[in-house]
Amino acid sequence: MGRMRFRTRGQRLLLLPAALIAALGISACGADETAGSADTTAHSGGGSITVFAAASLKEPFTALADQFEDAHPGTDLTLNFAGSSDLATQLVEGAPADVLASADESTMERVRGADLLDGEPVTFATNILQLAVPPDNTAGIASLADAARPGVKTVVCAAQVPCGAAAARLQEAADVDLAPVSEESSVTDVLGKISSGEADAGLVYVTDVRAAGETVLGIAVPEAADVVNTYPVAALAGSQDPGTARDFVDFVVGDDGRAVLEAAGFGAP
Amino acid sequence: MELTPARLPRWILVLAAVGGLFVVLPLVAMALRVDWVHFVPLVTSESARAALLLSLRTSISATMLCVVFGVPMALVLARTSFRGQRILRSLVLLPLVLPPVVGGIALLYTFGRRGLLGGTLEALGVDIAFSTTAVVLSQAFVALPFLVLSLEGALRTVGTRYEAVGATLGATRWTVLRRITLPLVLPALISGAVLSFARALGEFGATLTFAGSLQGTTRTLPLEIYLQRETDPDAAVALSLILVVVAIAVVGAAHRVRPLGSLAPARPVAPALRRAVDTH
Repeated sequence: MGRMRFRTRGQRLLLLPAALIAALGISACGADETAGSADTTAHSGGGSITVFAAASLKEPFTALADQFEDAHPGTDLTLNFAGSSDLATQLVEGAPADVLASADESTMERVRGADLLDGEPVTFATNILQLAVPPDNTAGIASLADAARPGVKTVVCAAQVPCGAAAARLQEAADVDLAPVSEESSVTDVLGKISSGEADAGLVYVTDVRAAGETVLGIAVPEAADVVNTYPVAALAGSQDPGTARDFVDFVVGDDGRAVLEAAGFGAP
Repeated sequence: MELTPARLPRWILVLAAVGGLFVVLPLVAMALRVDWVHFVPLVTSESARAALLLSLRTSISATMLCVVFGVPMALVLARTSFRGQRILRSLVLLPLVLPPVVGGIALLYTFGRRGLLGGTLEALGVDIAFSTTAVVLSQAFVALPFLVLSLEGALRTVGTRYEAVGATLGATRWTVLRRITLPLVLPALISGAVLSFARALGEFGATLTFAGSLQGTTRTLPLEIYLQRETDPDAAVALSLILVVVAIAVVGAAHRVRPLGSLAPARPVAPALRRAVDTH
């Protein structure tokens, strides 16, 4: 009996926090975790800066940070990738950072509105949408109109996030009315539904298709050229090392940045 | 025997207070951010109502699934012994500690169109992808352990003595289960079901990964909050508060039925036994 009581007491201990976790429900996301680690980065000066960048910039900015560190010995870059809107919220709530590169202008405007920018934002890249389908393209999608056919499971981003706003403008430009089976919160979620074969087609950025490699197939949409997403970058007013922050912005906007971004599929500003 | 607070070392009280604040303070901080002037329009918008209704509907369905399958599971774990039972129990409880997004991926690879059972389901004409069914499955997956855990503990605590007496008096297995076992653990069953409901209501990661997000079909309240946060933080906070209030009500209700800590039966055993014997 004694052993059993011990066990039930253990269960009791487990139940209360478990109940609270359950009640609060929403679990932490990867993006928030990376934000947490960036927050703890000390601004010790000596060329140590934190860069907040849109999730879609992960590959080119990781490469650019390495190049920048090589070109400026002694500097140390910490990168924090998340959805642009998450980044803006974190900055407005006081997260310490030195540079912001966002995937749309409205996010940058929010941060500018909070008086957090050091100087003017500079547009450094553009991105356009593309149709993504599973590699075997079982639904036989060849155009945006195909993705609007009844019975085709098409996934887009929700209108609240930049890729969803762009998807809405693209549908208007192409005069196609998609009836999506799901409106996801991020491009990653759209890609996941397509690469797993759960959906037949989805609208994502051309850079996402390239980064996804073999897992999805990209189909160009002619009208996408009229719906261009621009990426602005700016140094932040709260920087402990404004010189290095501005240097990095110049580096991203300059020839080195251009080459890396182009290789990742981003267009010129 | 109970310890009075005065007999505890003072530093225990300090640590307990810090721990308590750690849980309560964020809730207070969130309540302070609520835009009370626009609270009602924010939480009664069309998308908010659709999300709340969908959440309630799916959570009730998921809870029913948990009861239908969880009660037999708890009975098997508590009343039988077989090789590998401990491992099986650990596996059943796994969704408790698994990140929900991992659960979502696992469900996708099982019930998804190209998953383990996808072909079979398709042959049967069942299409789970992006449907409300997928939401219910996600919720049931993460909520099931709460019911099993709660009920199994209660079953072990009440023991098998009354069941044995009932059996010697000629009651069939089904009668023993119906007239003795289940009445004895009914409070635990109810509180377990309420906790499962609360967990289902809060489900986010598995739903997002497995079911998608479409208003009225798969976008439950947590998903709506996550999305609103992008453009309308006020709406997100207001809806979060609704979820917190529902959660407090639910946990409070479960606690009333049977204090979450105590696993002793809340009602005397004798009447249940007498009723069981009377029918025979």
